[in-house]
Amino acid sequence: MDCLEIKDLTVAIQGQRILDGLSLVVPKGEVHAIMGPNGSGKSTLAKVLAGHEDYEVLSGQVLMDGQDLLQMEVDQRSRAGFFLAFQYPYEIPGVSNANFLREAVRARLGSGEDLDAVAFYKRLYGLMDELGIDRKFTARSVNEGFSGGEKKRNEILQMAILEPFYAVLDETDSGLDIDALRVVAEGVNRMRSPHRGFLLITHYQRLLNYIEPDFIHVLAGGKIVRTGGKELALELEETGYDWIKEGALATA
Amino acid sequence: MSEESATLDAVLIDQSQGNFAYPEDYELDAGRGLGPSTLDYISEVKGEDQWIRDFRHRALEVFERKPMPTHWASRELDEIKFQDIRYYLAKGKRPTRSWDEVPDDVKKTFERLGIPERERGFLAGVEAQFDSEAAYSNIKEEFDKQGVIFVNSSEGLREHPEIFRRWFGKVIPTGDNKFSALNSAVFSGGSFIYVPPGVKVKHPLQAYFRINAEQFGQFERTLIIVDEGAEVMYMEGCTAPKFETATLHSAVVELVAMPHAKIQYITVQNWSSNVFNLVTKRGLAHEGAEIRWIDCNIGSRLTMKYPGVIMKGRKARGEVISIALANTGQHQDTGAKMIHAADETTSNIVSKSISMGEGRATYRGQVHIPKHLKGCRNNTECDALLINSRSRTDTYPAITVRGNRHATQHEASVSQVSEEQIFYMRQRGLTEAAAMSLSVNGFVNDLVREFPMEYSVELKRLIDLEMEGSVG
Ligand SMILES: Nc1ncnc2c1ncn2[C@@H]1O[C@H](COP(=O)(O)OP(=O)(O)OP(=O)(O)O)[C@@H](O)[C@H]1O
Ligand SMILES: [Mg+2]
Repeated sequence: MDCLEIKDLTVAIQGQRILDGLSLVVPKGEVHAIMGPNGSGKSTLAKVLAGHEDYEVLSGQVLMDGQDLLQMEVDQRSRAGFFLAFQYPYEIPGVSNANFLREAVRARLGSGEDLDAVAFYKRLYGLMDELGIDRKFTARSVNEGFSGGEKKRNEILQMAILEPFYAVLDETDSGLDIDALRVVAEGVNRMRSPHRGFLLITHYQRLLNYIEPDFIHVLAGGKIVRTGGKELALELEETGYDWIKEGALATA
Repeated sequence: MSEESATLDAVLIDQSQGNFAYPEDYELDAGRGLGPSTLDYISEVKGEDQWIRDFRHRALEVFERKPMPTHWASRELDEIKFQDIRYYLAKGKRPTRSWDEVPDDVKKTFERLGIPERERGFLAGVEAQFDSEAAYSNIKEEFDKQGVIFVNSSEGLREHPEIFRRWFGKVIPTGDNKFSALNSAVFSGGSFIYVPPGVKVKHPLQAYFRINAEQFGQFERTLIIVDEGAEVMYMEGCTAPKFETATLHSAVVELVAMPHAKIQYITVQNWSSNVFNLVTKRGLAHEGAEIRWIDCNIGSRLTMKYPGVIMKGRKARGEVISIALANTGQHQDTGAKMIHAADETTSNIVSKSISMGEGRATYRGQVHIPKHLKGCRNNTECDALLINSRSRTDTYPAITVRGNRHATQHEASVSQVSEEQIFYMRQRGLTEAAAMSLSVNGFVNDLVREFPMEYSVELKRLIDLEMEGSVG
């Protein structure tokens, strides 16, 4: 029950099948990593879980703690505890980072409840300090003019404020310099808990040195083709993905 | 109407957006259509002098002669059927100074709109107009004692002819455009304000214009004269219920700021989506005087409004700050007119428009600085926000600056809130409406700060309602 369970998911975009019967279970308390070649559908999976309308779910099911995730609105999924750190975060001109976060937190309050502004800012500043984000970023428009690395840090800040039950991090490590990578990884590690599951999408073993995954999955041809422990990342680093093509040929 | 939009309407009523109407019960009704007898009826009811009767008849001739401005403006204007409209509807009672004496349905209307409450709260005076005539008009004693006049236009004409006649029709001549001519022929209601030299009215004066009847035209006429060194802030609010048929609102507003006077004129318009809102507003600023138009247009079928300032005296200042929100089925055609007619005059235009769904926003500006002047300045900024790709926005800034002894600056921008941005915000838990409101509020935030507190709160609420309505 306490897991994000993806069952036999088949997804198309513009008539083209990207995911083809993908199954994966991420229990609370675990960190899973997904690796795979460019264009294999990792971001597609992340966006389908978030509820992006461009993707057509042809079959399959996703249960989040037993709830039918695919039946929920995008914002409902978020409020129910699903978070996606985007590979390419969007810029929202005119909306300050602080206002955005405040509204997102407020959206989670029950009716009649009001946001404690003082406590909110205290928490926000504390988390910004931990993630090495300058406080002046609260007044800047969401992601507008942020460098690639600043955007990624900002995603982690949002995750930290919203405290989701399940978080998918789509290539949060790409574009980060070495110090930033460590800071972001520490941020994620602080959030690891028995009440939270993570799905990390990455191309590099380096991130997994900092955030140790419980399992690593390889996505190719629309499904998970291999699952292993953290040593699988090292192996992939060595061999690349050529073996998949050979395997695919073999089964064809 | 679908079930969904029916429940939505019910919600909006609760939130007093203004979509409700009381049964019609008028003693005075000029009937449908427009002709010389319509004007005579209005003059008769009001007991007007011959000069104003002549003024009306001349205006009707000008109106009939002038073509519709559809060669440059919107074809939608052709949808107005002048012969189907009722030009004068009133209860036949003079406005009272006490809410208790206001007819019940009218009183309830203004209570639902929160007017008496505001009056007690922070206003210096209130005038509440219901269709053609004011139902209530009152000014707090302290300003009355200082000689501030705040009455409806008929009373101004009757009781203060010496001031009224001197300025009436001088800032906006009858023939300025087809709709100013129409207003000059059939005008009724609106405010007349006079502030004596040196008097600074600390609290705002508020007028509220309410259309209750269907297929009706509201033609208020407002004249504000602020004498030397005096100051006033005037605010108008407008609403009408949602009818099936077109309703016409065509006002003329003239402001006169004597030397070193200051006038701020604030409009929060929230007409329902069937109202044609064709308004002419202009101010005359004498030496060292300042006129600011702060204009917020939400709703209406078509709004055409270009507040202007003629800077007639040295160092006069003119400003137009406007926010326009065009939702599906609406066209906001707004802008500003700045006529520099003396040295060292300064004008500032900041316009922000938001187009949503299939809504359309147009900015038209005119800045005129003639060659023989020196030291004039203009700053024009117009920014457009498009929410989703079907919206449309056009900018027609016309800045005629002759001579080289002036400074002008012009900036324009268009930004988009795409579906992807909305998706991103929704992923963080915001509903679609909340995401749109947040973007819109972010976009207009610096202008909203120009409004008095009570109004910026209302404005934000109106924007939220409009966003909720648009996602359905
Ligand atoms: N909106 C879209 N329109 C058309 N094709 C799309 C769209 N989104 C994704 N695709 C296609 O789907 C496939 C999977 O893309 P996706 O972004 O999921 O890959 P990925 O595994 O995240 O790759 P990368 O490692 O490069 O980030 C690609 O071939 C891509 O071109
Ligand atoms: Mg990707």
